[in-house]
Amino acid sequence: MPQYTQFQPKEYRPKMSAYWYLDHWHYLRYALREASSFFVAYFCVLTLVQLAALGTNATRYAHFQAFMASPVMIIVNVIALAFFLLHAITWFNLVPRVVMRQMLARPTPDIVSSAPNYFVWFGATIILALFIMGVL
Amino acid sequence: MSDTIILEVARFNPEDGGEPSYQSYEVPLRPDWMVLDGLNHIKDQLDGSLAFRWSCRMGICGSCGMMVNGRPTLTCETLLMNYAPGPVRVAPLDHFPVVKDLVVDLDDFLAKLQKVRPWVVRKDDFKPAREFIQSPAQLEAFHQFSLCINCTLCYAACPVSGLDPNFIGPAAIALAHRYNLDSRDQGIEDRLDILSQHEGIWDCTVVGECSVVCPKHVDPSLAIQQFKLTATKEWFKSFLLPRGKH
Repeated sequence: MPQYTQFQPKEYRPKMSAYWYLDHWHYLRYALREASSFFVAYFCVLTLVQLAALGTNATRYAHFQAFMASPVMIIVNVIALAFFLLHAITWFNLVPRVVMRQMLARPTPDIVSSAPNYFVWFGATIILALFIMGVL
Repeated sequence: MSDTIILEVARFNPEDGGEPSYQSYEVPLRPDWMVLDGLNHIKDQLDGSLAFRWSCRMGICGSCGMMVNGRPTLTCETLLMNYAPGPVRVAPLDHFPVVKDLVVDLDDFLAKLQKVRPWVVRKDDFKPAREFIQSPAQLEAFHQFSLCINCTLCYAACPVSGLDPNFIGPAAIALAHRYNLDSRDQGIEDRLDILSQHEGIWDCTVVGECSVVCPKHVDPSLAIQQFKLTATKEWFKSFLLPRGKH
């Protein structure tokens, strides 16, 4: 008696690899985009710690600055900045897909709906830089 | 260039109870041959036991979707020449149970498709005296989503479909959205209950590969993101006006 009549259907159910995101560059890019959220959270916490040090006293803030000037923290922050930029750029580029294309009256190129994000981003960066340098 | 190419084809025999393995076949490399032609050559000339689906050979029926060198592909519209000098690895679509060789079980997909009611739903006794008039803009709103041929390449490309078998998936949501956008349809509330569950639109994390691999240039990812906005608006309406008619 053939086995398949007893246990029909006898299908093969493939299991997804734990390293599926290494299968293709598109998946790796997606995984990096998702992982970049961690570094955004890191910068938020770092800013809060900086503000707390600033609000305590000058000695505490000097300690914070010395800690941030250590080679290890500089390397960590360069890596974090790279992921932060990846996060911002990939999500800005997704804006047309997620929201804008359906809010605009007629079909427009993606750049039209993602460009305002970049303008606001660069504008805010320049204003902050001028403020920190004491120009404003 | 060689006039032959090696096809490494996934083989699985349910009666053996073993794991799938790859078997190599040497097929002619002709400029006008698609991957499907290579498979048909194997079936006709080399090994009649090979099982795979195909029908129209012109990218209409959506039957011949397979993983070709790891990418979801319609084998009837992909030239063998693109993979020269080879070898070319052909496997069943990812994230589906395999019935035999390159044939996958689509029952789960078809059940999900039926669940989202992909047809015109009317709540009234609709008996028009003449044809239903739609403007070009109304047609444009849903037209691209109506081009889906249910080839399920988008499911094979979507890692969420592989990680969460309950995810309704790109094609089913795109087709549901096609009817939500149709001016003749009144079934959006019924579909909202199904699509706004976690296994519906909210399971999608915008990987975007579903739209990249679609052979008909449908954009299921866009459909999902559009419906997320609709579902959010409906949720706010029901939150602010719990007894109102939405």
